[in-house]
Amino acid sequence: MDFSIITGNLGLYFEGLWMTLQLLFVSLLCGLGMAVPLAIMRSSKNFIVQAPVRFFVYIFRGTPLLVQLYIVYYGFGQFEWMKDTILWVFFKEAYFCCLFAFTLNTAAYTTEILRGAIKAMPFGEIEAAKSVGMSRALMLRRIILPSAFRRALPAYGNEVIFMLHGTSLASIVTLIDLTGAARVVNSRFYSPYEAYITAAVFYMVITYILVWLFKKLEYKWFAHLRPRKELA
Amino acid sequence: MKKRIAAVFAVFIFICVGMLQAKDWNKIRIGVEGAYPPFSSVDADGKLVGFDIDIAWALCEEMKAECKLVPQDWDGIIPALLARKYDAIIASMSITEERKKKVAFTDKYYHTPAKFAAKKGMFPNFTKEDIPKLLKGKNIGVQRETIHDRYLSDNYEKIMNIKRYGSQDEAYLDILAGRLDILLADSVALEDGFLKKDGKDFEFVGPSITDVKWFGPGAGIAIRKNDKDLVEKFNKAIQAIRANGVYKKINDQYFDVDIY
Repeated sequence: MDFSIITGNLGLYFEGLWMTLQLLFVSLLCGLGMAVPLAIMRSSKNFIVQAPVRFFVYIFRGTPLLVQLYIVYYGFGQFEWMKDTILWVFFKEAYFCCLFAFTLNTAAYTTEILRGAIKAMPFGEIEAAKSVGMSRALMLRRIILPSAFRRALPAYGNEVIFMLHGTSLASIVTLIDLTGAARVVNSRFYSPYEAYITAAVFYMVITYILVWLFKKLEYKWFAHLRPRKELA
Repeated sequence: MKKRIAAVFAVFIFICVGMLQAKDWNKIRIGVEGAYPPFSSVDADGKLVGFDIDIAWALCEEMKAECKLVPQDWDGIIPALLARKYDAIIASMSITEERKKKVAFTDKYYHTPAKFAAKKGMFPNFTKEDIPKLLKGKNIGVQRETIHDRYLSDNYEKIMNIKRYGSQDEAYLDILAGRLDILLADSVALEDGFLKKDGKDFEFVGPSITDVKWFGPGAGIAIRKNDKDLVEKFNKAIQAIRANGVYKKINDQYFDVDIY
């Protein structure tokens, strides 16, 4: 174990860390933003409304993220007509291609998580909401979604961690994320052990922080399930 | 008890003999890349073809060794040698001081300069002195941690936007897609792997780059440092195929000039 390789390249690893965090949080945010309306559509009884969502989810859950990224990055670049449109300004950038693929991927998984949570809604609560005369929109906002988010939280925490590991694929399309930094260090010093162990430690620290955050959030959101404290 | 000791002893001798045989190098595993035309690529039938591959077979025949070619991504090609996944690397690997710290090299088996390539008419002809000004802020594609990457990283990291790829083929795809302005790579690889194929709208621009500090004396065969006898064997074989015309025959199949 040669620590000078690690300490000498810490700057590169921190640049990679910044890239990884950007990719992770931007795609999670956009993905979640997409997933909420999609999950509502997916739970609709109307076939016309739910079929396209079903198709979208099936496509992105049915193929590996790596294949999706290759199609977006190398595949789209092959269409000549695309290069003449404004779209190419975005798809020219590896950064955007990654965000595009990651966002759609996490949106598909999150949609499924939320749909399950919406479906698991106790019918009594909906009946109660209906009986006080709530409109469908109000019912969604006040009753269904808050309760669904709560139920979805543990599963969503898992998705966030999967997405963190998914971002490592950005390194194959020239971005220097944490894994990209490890690749550069490995090929410069021919020491895979030091290079990848360092990246692994970084990932583990991020995962630890994420797990801790979700624990805090669960503690808060599941307050109603905690045994009551004795009144002093 | 005696029988058991005898049995253990027999097994021991058997293993020792086995090891001695391995040291004779009548069986050699060779690591190759497979994504670096015309030196090494995979054809439509999934077979390895190219200059490196033919040279490898010719050297094996010369050494009367039974060889097995093992394809390996460039990124891990030296670590895999050190991890004994194969015994030698024939993959257009340039002999550099940096690599010599980890592996031993035979004498060169070919030597070609590095060159830039870009879309026709995009750059005027330029010299080495013009590079910082002319290529400022340009997207330049190289294969990750090749001598070309090293050269750019050490000299122009701050000036250019260096994009690193796992294989040369990926860099070709990206300059065709318009993500790159210019490439730096081995001149022969560029000409036969790109300019004569998909890159018909592209051309060589600027000077040949041959600084010995980065580019070394040429491409050699990398071997683990302990296996000095194998280095000798390969060196003799390289000289032999140079002398008996086998090298020339392979060379002429791929190139117009002698690249040795």
